[in-house]
Amino acid sequence: MSDRKTTPREITFQVRRFDPDSDVAPHWGEYKLHVHDGMTVLEALHQLKAEQEPTLAWRSSCRMGVCGSCGMFINDLPQLACQTQVLHLGTDVVTVAPLPNYENVKDLVPDLEPLIEKHAAVKPYIISLDQIEINAPTGEFLQTPEERESISQFTHCIKCGLCLAACPTVATDPLFLGPQALAQAYRYSADNRDCGLHDRLEAIDLFHGPYQCHLAGACSQACPKGVDPAFAIQLLKRTLVLDSIGFGKKKSSVAKIMPLADVVKAIEEFAPPPRTV
Amino acid sequence: MNSNKPTAYNNRLGIKGWVYAGRYTFERYLYLGHRVSGLGLIAYMVLHIIETANRMRGVEAWQGLMALFASWPFKIIEYLLFAMAVFHAMNGVRLLVTELGFFLGKPREPVYPYSTSIKRHRPLTFVIMGLAAMIIILGGSSLFFP
Repeated sequence: MSDRKTTPREITFQVRRFDPDSDVAPHWGEYKLHVHDGMTVLEALHQLKAEQEPTLAWRSSCRMGVCGSCGMFINDLPQLACQTQVLHLGTDVVTVAPLPNYENVKDLVPDLEPLIEKHAAVKPYIISLDQIEINAPTGEFLQTPEERESISQFTHCIKCGLCLAACPTVATDPLFLGPQALAQAYRYSADNRDCGLHDRLEAIDLFHGPYQCHLAGACSQACPKGVDPAFAIQLLKRTLVLDSIGFGKKKSSVAKIMPLADVVKAIEEFAPPPRTV
Repeated sequence: MNSNKPTAYNNRLGIKGWVYAGRYTFERYLYLGHRVSGLGLIAYMVLHIIETANRMRGVEAWQGLMALFASWPFKIIEYLLFAMAVFHAMNGVRLLVTELGFFLGKPREPVYPYSTSIKRHRPLTFVIMGLAAMIIILGGSSLFFP
């Protein structure tokens, strides 16, 4: 168990600095800080900013690994600063750099626009054949627990962008969709309520699509939420193969609709017991 | 372009991004090996066409070239080529199997500590790489000690 009473250890932080207004290329700043057990890299950066380097810039928000804002390249691995404890890194020198494979806006701030653009390109939403039902819903699309579990893992993506920073293919091919977008392409295409695989094919092209992935597994190693994008990409490849030989999802497999009256009835049926206090 | 606008720094790793596998897992090194061996085999194909084209220069030129290829340095290069071909083929089998969704397990709720498909298919990786190593060693013994 963490014990903050233990003597703090002096750790040297090498932080990559870049100011677009004055620098042509990044340089390294070195700072020393007494780190106690349990202190995260994000907490250390806050302390450095408060005590030593007020101009230091980074992006963060929730401090609990939910928002995905504080992705950084810590000791040569993409990690969330808020989930990385300094002493767990096991080194006396900790290097903190902005996520690679993105443009560096300032200090530790990457420009995540390509991530969002690629995510949007794969149409990350349910595409249903039943447009009448979509526009004027009469009920809810049914999904069994098994159908839900088959995609659930891939719905946990927080779009932190660590997977693109880890991916060796993204490093050399800027047009490669990358693990995040491809995982989301699979997540929606595999959803039993969706019939949009063919609509996504334009984005999931062959030259910059899933077949550029040679299963390095770096994205799955880096993912802080256990999404396992490499797994989703392999399943997407299988889906594409099955679809090309005529074993793809059939229209008959489109989710059935539960009328609203039945939905209300089901809610009543599974309603919690009355309060006792 | 507005010259007053601050310019972001291009932080793309480029070639270094796939050459340097750093602290990533074993499969990341296999990725590197697969790409390097693939490039090596493409280079060999080009050199092989140039080499066989020497036959057009007459029997003597061809025999001279063959004598050169029988020397030790070329035997070692030939062995490296063989090792690259075996590794690339065996790793290709691994990729083919996984691309069809086999040996990766089933999607599951991510519960910390997370189990990835990469870990789940590692036994297959070790078996295939073990086979590749055996073939490379046996091939080397037959090449160098016929």
